[in-house]
Amino acid sequence: MAPPVTPWWRNRRLIPWLVQAAVGLLVLVLVAFLVGNLVRNLAAAGLLLTWRWIGNPAGFDIAGSWLPFSAEQPYWWALLAGLVNTLRVVVIGLIGASIVGTAVGVASFSGNALLRGLARVYVELIRNIPLLLQLVFWYFVVFLALPGGANAIQWPGLVLAQSGLYLGMPELVNGVWQAPIRLSVEFAALLTGLIVYISAFISEVVRGGIASVPKGQWEAARSLGFTPLQTLRRVVLPQALPVIVPGLNNQYISLAKSSSLAIACGYADLYSVAETTLNQTGRAVEVMVILLGAYLAIDLVISALMNGRNLAVQLRSR
Amino acid sequence: MERPSALQRLRAALFASPLDGLITVVLLAALLAGGQALLHWLVFKAQWAVIQVNSTLFAVGRYPLDQQWRLWLLTTLLAGATGLSWGLLRALPRPDRRAVLWPTNDRLAVALLSGLGVLVPLVLQLSAAIALRWWLITALVLACRWLAGRWGAALPAIARRGWPLIWPLLYLLGMTLIAGGFGVPAVSPYRWGGLLLTLIEACFAILLCFPLGVLLALGRRSSLPLLRWLSVLYIEFIRGAPLITLLFLGQNILGLLLPGGFTPDRVWRAAWVLTFFAAAYVAEAVRSGLVALPPGQMEAARALGLPVYQAMLKVVLPQALRVALPAMVGQFINLLQDTTLLSLIGLFELLGTARAVMANPAFIGKDAEVYLVLAVLFWCCCAALGLGSRALETRLNTNPQPA
Repeated sequence: MAPPVTPWWRNRRLIPWLVQAAVGLLVLVLVAFLVGNLVRNLAAAGLLLTWRWIGNPAGFDIAGSWLPFSAEQPYWWALLAGLVNTLRVVVIGLIGASIVGTAVGVASFSGNALLRGLARVYVELIRNIPLLLQLVFWYFVVFLALPGGANAIQWPGLVLAQSGLYLGMPELVNGVWQAPIRLSVEFAALLTGLIVYISAFISEVVRGGIASVPKGQWEAARSLGFTPLQTLRRVVLPQALPVIVPGLNNQYISLAKSSSLAIACGYADLYSVAETTLNQTGRAVEVMVILLGAYLAIDLVISALMNGRNLAVQLRSR
Repeated sequence: MERPSALQRLRAALFASPLDGLITVVLLAALLAGGQALLHWLVFKAQWAVIQVNSTLFAVGRYPLDQQWRLWLLTTLLAGATGLSWGLLRALPRPDRRAVLWPTNDRLAVALLSGLGVLVPLVLQLSAAIALRWWLITALVLACRWLAGRWGAALPAIARRGWPLIWPLLYLLGMTLIAGGFGVPAVSPYRWGGLLLTLIEACFAILLCFPLGVLLALGRRSSLPLLRWLSVLYIEFIRGAPLITLLFLGQNILGLLLPGGFTPDRVWRAAWVLTFFAAAYVAEAVRSGLVALPPGQMEAARALGLPVYQAMLKVVLPQALRVALPAMVGQFINLLQDTTLLSLIGLFELLGTARAVMANPAFIGKDAEVYLVLAVLFWCCCAALGLGSRALETRLNTNPQPA
């Protein structure tokens, strides 16, 4: 008697290939359909892909650009100025959010019940309010309402005025503040909003990391005569870092992406420059490619740096 | 040993050492000063006319006045369904516990709900007719909660098990009521706004991103390389891009990708972008659940003779989704918050409405009042979602840790 023949639809080797071929075909057809439409629609609008426009003069100004920029410079220089503005807020924001987040995360382990409670309230308050709402709040309610001129809020080495934040040794010259470092209110509002929002998430990462260190480690270090601060620095944090660093990576990337909300408080970052560029040139596809590529590159750089850190802090077992 | 008195405990918590005492005093002083300034502003300086005058705009946007009965009807239905579902959840006890009609958490929730339901219309000084409606709706939730909690256990099993299906049905009915159809006059999406639009966008995206996310997570864990690579490509692409650029893409490029005339309305374009965006994040949450599940579960199910799809549906996914629940609800909360970004592409959801209202010369300079109200609203919604997720988590935990 001949062995029973397996019908082809129950063939264990064939089926996976058939499924993949079907999915692949479906995706191909979909992509071909979309790209076909794109080419047809772009051709009809006279906007077939080209990069020649990027050398044309931009014709708009960028307030608070770090790179020297004026309206007659080309689009690519404008986009680069936007990118530099984005990088500036991301780098300073990362440092600020890390410091505040670590402080809040450590505070939630304080022996002082009031401090502990405040740290929890901070996290629960900030995490449940949308970032965009917080940004417009900081910009319109706090920073734009600052008094100007001689009424400005003055602290040693820092002056908060409606025309900006002045650091260093600010002095009033003819009713105008002068200082070595001036930050625009737009930049200050964006930076404050990002630091406050992301630090709430970072503090949760730090808290989780510290909580993962067994309690006996605290007690052992204390009984060896370490002060609480020394215990934290020499014993607990080195053991918590392997848990903290991967979580930090996610929050840093989130901060870089969130910085694209700068447009809500009038700061000219990459996204806001790109939007102006698109409105002027109508080059939707090209601008989109630049935007997505730039943010992907920023994410990759942060991930690469953090992976390096991650390797460095992993506990080496003998 | 004697238990320390309240005073001793307070002293240990706040004044354990001189440094602790100093911190406590400084923090208390700062808190008192800040609290007093805030209270002073709230009571004497803030002018809430901007909220009272525009309360309809904030609630439903420019929805036609003569059609607003549809929204009231929908709210009533939702309130009834919420009360009944809540009561049923309590009527069916966990195997290891006695059914309690009003557990402590529920008493708290009821107190909070009735307090808010009675006070908020009064604080906002809504007209008597509207305030009365809100009170009736609050009463309806509580009445349904009591009815279902008291007699839910007596329902036949099929009614109890089939009850959750009411929610997708209500969603379809709700969309019909809001948008029109089946004899109800149509209301164009351009007229939706405020809280209504925020909720429509969030609910649509939450409902659809969940199945999409599960499929993507399964694709990413698949043994078929093509499926795996396509899923990875999609997930990482979406996760690498800021949402605002994707919304921008939806508004400017989606129209070019589809044949002319097929482009959906701006409101729906944004809803689809939100859905596809959230799906990538939900996929990662589900994947974390799948990874946490030992491979033996799948193997055991297969060894018992279940085909792959049944093993997935009946053994693997229920356990993986339970693990992934907190992360998923976290993503849903993010999604609700992300709807504010729609104001940047010119839709009038809550934040967009707020910006439009403040552009009116009559209300210039009232930013603080408006943003504060929005913040409280969002905070309550997100905190409620978080609390609900934690309650569901303890309920679904079939083998609780011994205390």
